[in-house]
Amino acid sequence: MSYLPNVLFALLLIGGVGFFVRNVKKLSRNISLGKDIDRSDRIADRWKHMAAIALGQSKMVRRPIAGLLHIIVYIGFIIINIEVLEIIIDGLFGTHRIFAFAGGFYNFLIGSFEILAFLVLLSVIIFWIRRMVLKLPRFWSKEMTSWPKNDALNILYFEVVLMGLFLLMNAADYGLQQMGAIHYVQAGSFPVSQFIASWLPENELTLFYIERGAWWLHIIGILIFLNYLYYSKHLHILLAFPNTFYANLEPQGRFDNLASVTKEVKLMMDPDADPYAVPEEGEEDEVGKFGASDVTDLSWVQLMNAYTCTECGRCSSVCPANQTGKELSPRAIMMKTRDRLEEVGRFIDKEGEVAFREKGDGKSLLDTISEAELWACTSCNACVTECPVSIDPLSIIMDMRRYLVMEQSAAPQELNLMMTNVENNGAPWQYSQMDRLNWKDE
Amino acid sequence: MVIPTMAEKMAEGKTPEVLFWVGCAGSFDDRAKKITKAFAKILIEANVDFAVLGTEESCTGDPAKRAGNEFLFQMQAVTNIEVLNAYEVKKIVTTCPHCFNTLKNEYPELGGTYEVMHHTEFLKSLLDEGRISIEGGKYAGKRITFHDPCYLGRANGIYEAPRDLIRKLEIELVEMKRCKSKGLCCGAGGAQMFKDAEKGDKEIFIERTEEALETKPEFIATGCPFCNTMMTDGVKNKEKEKNIKVMDIAELVAGAKDL
Repeated sequence: MSYLPNVLFALLLIGGVGFFVRNVKKLSRNISLGKDIDRSDRIADRWKHMAAIALGQSKMVRRPIAGLLHIIVYIGFIIINIEVLEIIIDGLFGTHRIFAFAGGFYNFLIGSFEILAFLVLLSVIIFWIRRMVLKLPRFWSKEMTSWPKNDALNILYFEVVLMGLFLLMNAADYGLQQMGAIHYVQAGSFPVSQFIASWLPENELTLFYIERGAWWLHIIGILIFLNYLYYSKHLHILLAFPNTFYANLEPQGRFDNLASVTKEVKLMMDPDADPYAVPEEGEEDEVGKFGASDVTDLSWVQLMNAYTCTECGRCSSVCPANQTGKELSPRAIMMKTRDRLEEVGRFIDKEGEVAFREKGDGKSLLDTISEAELWACTSCNACVTECPVSIDPLSIIMDMRRYLVMEQSAAPQELNLMMTNVENNGAPWQYSQMDRLNWKDE
Repeated sequence: MVIPTMAEKMAEGKTPEVLFWVGCAGSFDDRAKKITKAFAKILIEANVDFAVLGTEESCTGDPAKRAGNEFLFQMQAVTNIEVLNAYEVKKIVTTCPHCFNTLKNEYPELGGTYEVMHHTEFLKSLLDEGRISIEGGKYAGKRITFHDPCYLGRANGIYEAPRDLIRKLEIELVEMKRCKSKGLCCGAGGAQMFKDAEKGDKEIFIERTEEALETKPEFIATGCPFCNTMMTDGVKNKEKEKNIKVMDIAELVAGAKDL
């Protein structure tokens, strides 16, 4: 019977991690619905980019206050995982504070975890105040409706509960150690929780229940949080790393040249090309779609971008269109892309990918992203520069404009005029190409 | 003004050091033509061996590409590249950041690889090589703010060349709240120049002009013909055109030298 907690713990761990792995598989399947794009070049630069931006948080500090608070929570998250490792070992083998043998170093570790936990609590409270009391505009934009707002708050509450439980667990442990309770080895230093300990009852059994209760709730909380990630914008804590690794490293002004178009244009411009030539056997590839009307027309990097977005709204807060009250919000572009991808994922779970590729589900990304949003973009790259995890909303806007223009001829009338001029006179205005040098005599 | 064309140079059996890519705005827009002329005057003054394509130049395709018409863009690109390659062009300088970006970043993949410089970079290099000298002249001590063009700054990371020139002109540079990589767009990029703005509370160029006016400048400096148009309109809208001039860096340099 004494093994019951260990078995229970193992089952819980397997269940929690297993469910998470199942969702990660779904995540990776959804991302791979995107078109292939080669991001296997410049590996050294990619590692550097990831180290600076995801690991080094270099872009977070473009906004110093939020940046600093974020770094505290981030470091807290990473370091406290050492504690989680100890909890897992203790849980599986019925030990207590298995790393205690490290002596002074262990004390230092636990002490620093406590200080971090306290700072994380503090940061999270400030985050909450910024959101709910100061009401920073970027957290209250129109795309931040019920779930996006609740999701953000859930994460903050989760962190408060987890940090609180961690400190309560230590406080009770500290009390038990002082009493010399069996099983509670003298280990760790408790710079924060010793103050909590003084509020706890001095009964050994009560303390034991508090310690065990906090311990179990803490690890259960962590497993729930782990599984919450897939459903939440908080997924960025995992995806920030691959997302920055596979980011676009070219100059931001360089937009990709559609290869399918290049082929057509070369054929058109080639005087030796035979317009009636029949493609050789196996060469006639199906006529691809130009641009994107749905998530499967986007690349896997763009889809990963959508899952990585943590809806911080820094992009939208610097977007000139958004700042002047226009329909466009780069953050909403990412959120809508993710929502649509999830919708496609659910359809595929039910009907299979073949059914989706053949018939679709009767919906598309253009149902939620409006033309007014797409045409409001000045392609200024402010959103791309601002994103702390290298998301590129502009590339999605451009791919969707390409669809509107090349597949649907649905550009605004004035742009059609501009394009006709470029085509006929080699300038966006209606002037003759023969007048191009007139300026020198004026 | 005597402006040699590539065709004339070729007839003489010469390949000029640099091609001045004028761009559509620089060729046809009345305001931008002044920038073109100012820059050409500096090139002549500095004895730069240059030529233009003249009637053989065509739109780079930038507005078409950014409006989503990849076909039209590539048609333009391939045609231009044929002309450029036929003249064995190695180095291009342009006063338009949109032409600059497209020629520099998007043409290589289509077969057109050149050394492309924005005119502020080129002027800076002339200065560094001692081929021109810049002194304050009539602008010394005046208050100026510089509006970063998105396609020069964020798109290509060029922030210092225009500022170095401003400093050389001994003008007092006052930065706007949003500058360099945080700069706010003038509202013309991404083919917006050629259409009405989408519905909103405000025009982007008004927002940007207001920000520029907060610095209480005597001049607003630009490095892009489109930004120049937008800021000029903004200043007019605020009825400040009597006191505040919108000038391209090339115009400031040429003006300081009384060219």
